[in-house]
Amino acid sequence: MSAIPLSWWIFVATALFMIGFYVALTRKNAIAILIGLELMLNATNINLVAFDRYITPARVEGQVFAVFVIAIAAAEAAVALAIFIAAYRRRGTVDVENLDSMKF
Amino acid sequence: MVEQIVFFIFTILVLGGGIGVITTKNIYYAALFFSASLSGMAGYFVLLNAGFLAAVQIVVYIGAIAILILFAIMLSRRMMTTKEQQTNRQTWLAAIASFLLFVALLGVVMQVTWPLSAEKHADNVLVLLGMSFLGSYVIPFEVVSVLLLVSLIGAIILARDIQTEEGRE
Amino acid sequence: MEKLFALTPYIPLFPLLAFALIVLWANKNNKLSAGLAIAGLGLSTIISWLIAIATIVGGEHVQVEGWSLTIPWLPTGTGVFNMGFAVDGFTAAMLFMVPFVSSLIFIYASEYMEGDSRYARFFAYVSLFVSGMLTLVVADNLLLLFIAWEIMGLCSYLLIGFWFEKDSAKKAGLKAFLTTRVGDVLFFGGMLLLYSQTGTLTFREIFTPAVLERLAEATIWGQPASVVISLLIFGGAVGKSAQFPLHVWLPDAMEGPTPVSAMIHAATMVSAGVYLVARMLPLFAVVPVGSLQWVAIIGAITAFFGATIGIAQNDIKRVLAYSTISQLGYMMIGLGLGGFLAGIFHLLTHSFFKALLFLGSGSVIHAMEHGAHHAHDHETDPQDMMNMGGLANRMKKTYIAYMAGTLALVGIVPFAGFFSKDEILAEAWHQAGGFNFGSIAFWAWLAGLLGAFVTALYMGRQIGLVFLGKPRTKLAEHAVEPGKRMTYPLLVLGFFALTLGFINIPKNVPIIGNGWLHEFAGLIYESTEVLNLEALPLNWGLAGVATIIGLAGFFGGIALYRGHQAGQSDPMVKLLGRPLFTLLKNKYYVDEFYFAVIINPVVKLANFAGKFDYDWVINPIVNFVGNTGKWLSIVSGEFDRVVVDGLGVLGTARFFRWMGKELRYTQTGQVQNYLLVIALVSLSLVGAYLFGLGF
Repeated sequence: MSAIPLSWWIFVATALFMIGFYVALTRKNAIAILIGLELMLNATNINLVAFDRYITPARVEGQVFAVFVIAIAAAEAAVALAIFIAAYRRRGTVDVENLDSMKF
Repeated sequence: MVEQIVFFIFTILVLGGGIGVITTKNIYYAALFFSASLSGMAGYFVLLNAGFLAAVQIVVYIGAIAILILFAIMLSRRMMTTKEQQTNRQTWLAAIASFLLFVALLGVVMQVTWPLSAEKHADNVLVLLGMSFLGSYVIPFEVVSVLLLVSLIGAIILARDIQTEEGRE
Repeated sequence: MEKLFALTPYIPLFPLLAFALIVLWANKNNKLSAGLAIAGLGLSTIISWLIAIATIVGGEHVQVEGWSLTIPWLPTGTGVFNMGFAVDGFTAAMLFMVPFVSSLIFIYASEYMEGDSRYARFFAYVSLFVSGMLTLVVADNLLLLFIAWEIMGLCSYLLIGFWFEKDSAKKAGLKAFLTTRVGDVLFFGGMLLLYSQTGTLTFREIFTPAVLERLAEATIWGQPASVVISLLIFGGAVGKSAQFPLHVWLPDAMEGPTPVSAMIHAATMVSAGVYLVARMLPLFAVVPVGSLQWVAIIGAITAFFGATIGIAQNDIKRVLAYSTISQLGYMMIGLGLGGFLAGIFHLLTHSFFKALLFLGSGSVIHAMEHGAHHAHDHETDPQDMMNMGGLANRMKKTYIAYMAGTLALVGIVPFAGFFSKDEILAEAWHQAGGFNFGSIAFWAWLAGLLGAFVTALYMGRQIGLVFLGKPRTKLAEHAVEPGKRMTYPLLVLGFFALTLGFINIPKNVPIIGNGWLHEFAGLIYESTEVLNLEALPLNWGLAGVATIIGLAGFFGGIALYRGHQAGQSDPMVKLLGRPLFTLLKNKYYVDEFYFAVIINPVVKLANFAGKFDYDWVINPIVNFVGNTGKWLSIVSGEFDRVVVDGLGVLGTARFFRWMGKELRYTQTGQVQNYLLVIALVSLSLVGAYLFGLGF
């Protein structure tokens, strides 16, 4: 039907997800990690919309979920950034390697 | 064919933005690359017949989240100019793990035979979305709205300058 | 009048009360203690005499059948064991004697013991002692008698060892206690057998013809039960009354204070044995040939040999001690020949004059000690007769009283001993029926007669050495008559030593003959029909012989010793020859014999058993077991410590601590590390799915 096969979307989504994952794993800066997480959420959104488009084209459940994801991502980002700003104000850094006071 | 070319362009934008996020040492640039990736994603949504979502992506993600991140970065000014190592010590292990996981996931996903539907996609997507949000998904919708309100208030409280407040009093 | 008998239980009670009061309350106050003891015993004496008088005036009914009070004391399996008091003629005679003589001794002791650091304690002991003796006299059964008997045994131990700082006194107390214990065990055995045979220990119930006959017919170990039982009971009497072969404790008992000697040898302790035999006499006599002969034989041996030892002793009290043993032998002869009255008559008279002699000797010793104090000479033995002499001039009252006692003991008319001893000899002669060499009675008579001569001899020796001649030491020169409390009891006793014989003068004596004691106390066992209770007439010939022998011995002794000089060898050595004298001086080596045959082997056996235990077998085994256990426990302890604790308990703990310490590094606090772990786990899961592992 469409010129673009489903597998391409899946490939891109997976790649983007792993990029986000890698960012979340490696970055020291908390805001960078947040960016990684957002990338992963977007990868998920690609999948949701792609599957919606290719498997149930007559319905929009996938897009509904994607909207929810975006809303939650927005909330998450707001809270996370508020936390980072507070932490930065207290410690002068948002380096997660220094945010380990709950360690044994 | 045109669709495929458009897909590749957006793909370059999306994955290129992602790789840019990975490679840049400046957090500010990373945020900008992130915005680029998001805008490529919006193009994807158009390709996928999700115009509303594309608009949401641009308004909310780029217009709100990415800008918020940029503001946060700029508020903590020192981050912009730092020449410090931006990655931690597990870079290589994380890279190998991520790549293997990518291959593995891809392997799993590609094995599946997806029940592709030959139906024509819906034309009145916006109507359907509206029906869904105020119909069968009304409760999650309301919960999410409450969640957004709570996180809004929580963010304000968390980010408030306590010392300044106390100093004022 | 008979209501007076209800007072009987109070007789032993008052001295007991005095004992308790002294011990618990008055022991800090010497005068009060002595006063309490004398008052308690005085009350007892009054009651006793009232009861004795009541018995006398009560006539034959009261004297023979008597009065008794019993209470059910101990329910036994088959019935009830009764305890109680009883009074009959014999008891009344004893009640006349015991508390009276004892109270005289108490009065005497209150002066004699002055200055002693344990004055109050002495009166506590003697009160208990007298209480025991009085209980024994009024007991209506053998068990109560035995209890009293043992109280006396305890008191004798305490009193003989009263001056326990002296090693000899301590040993003498122990010796008396242990020696009499030998007899007591036999006595107790006899008592148990008697109870098992008859089911009762009450005298009145035993001494009925029916019970006695049953005892005579029943057999124990192939012998008539009565013989076995009576011999065992006689064993107790042998111990208590110091008969051969258990006489050894009595001379050593002289280590106690002199009033105690008088108590033991006259009024209480030794009388108890004779009293027991007399009380149980029907049991002895129920089988004609059996235990009774043994009583006579033991009595004869004791009478003669005891007397012979007496002549070789130098200690004034020891002479009297052997005299006591000898006289107790006479009593046993009398009882052993079935002469119930002869025995108890001599018991009564002897109690008076022997108490007199002991108290007299106490006065002499007291005077000698006073002399020693005066002459500052504490080396010379104040009890050794060789150190005395000429005391008659210095202490007249004592001399007079002592002389009365001596004449009574020797048996000179009309002193008490003449009548009582003569009765025994007459009984023996009567039973022997003349010179009958095959008869035990004849040999008993001969032993008694010879013993009487020897008795006279040593008493003459004593008088000669102590009172006559000239003082041989400074001590005797400075001797002083003691005070009134000591001399008056002597004179009172002297009076009784002179007159007590008159209560039983045989009826064939003109004018004064009465046979009164015989009627009064001698008939109590008439109903048993086993005793020879016939009152013998005075045998003039025998009495004459005995008197002549007594006088000869007495004056011979005086003649030999009145001129005795200090440092001279004993004239008796020449007379008897040195070997015989040495033999007598060493008391026939009976003590040494006991040491060689019994005591040393027992000690050796004990040592051997001790070594066996300690060095050879038991202790090594015990040690081995102990050490094995110790080593096992050490090994087990090490096992616990190393394996269980070390590996098990602590090992587990250490393992987890180590693991925690190592694994702690995985908890870096770095959220990205955790995320990486999640990645790796997811990777492995997905890989597992891809390669078909487990899905």
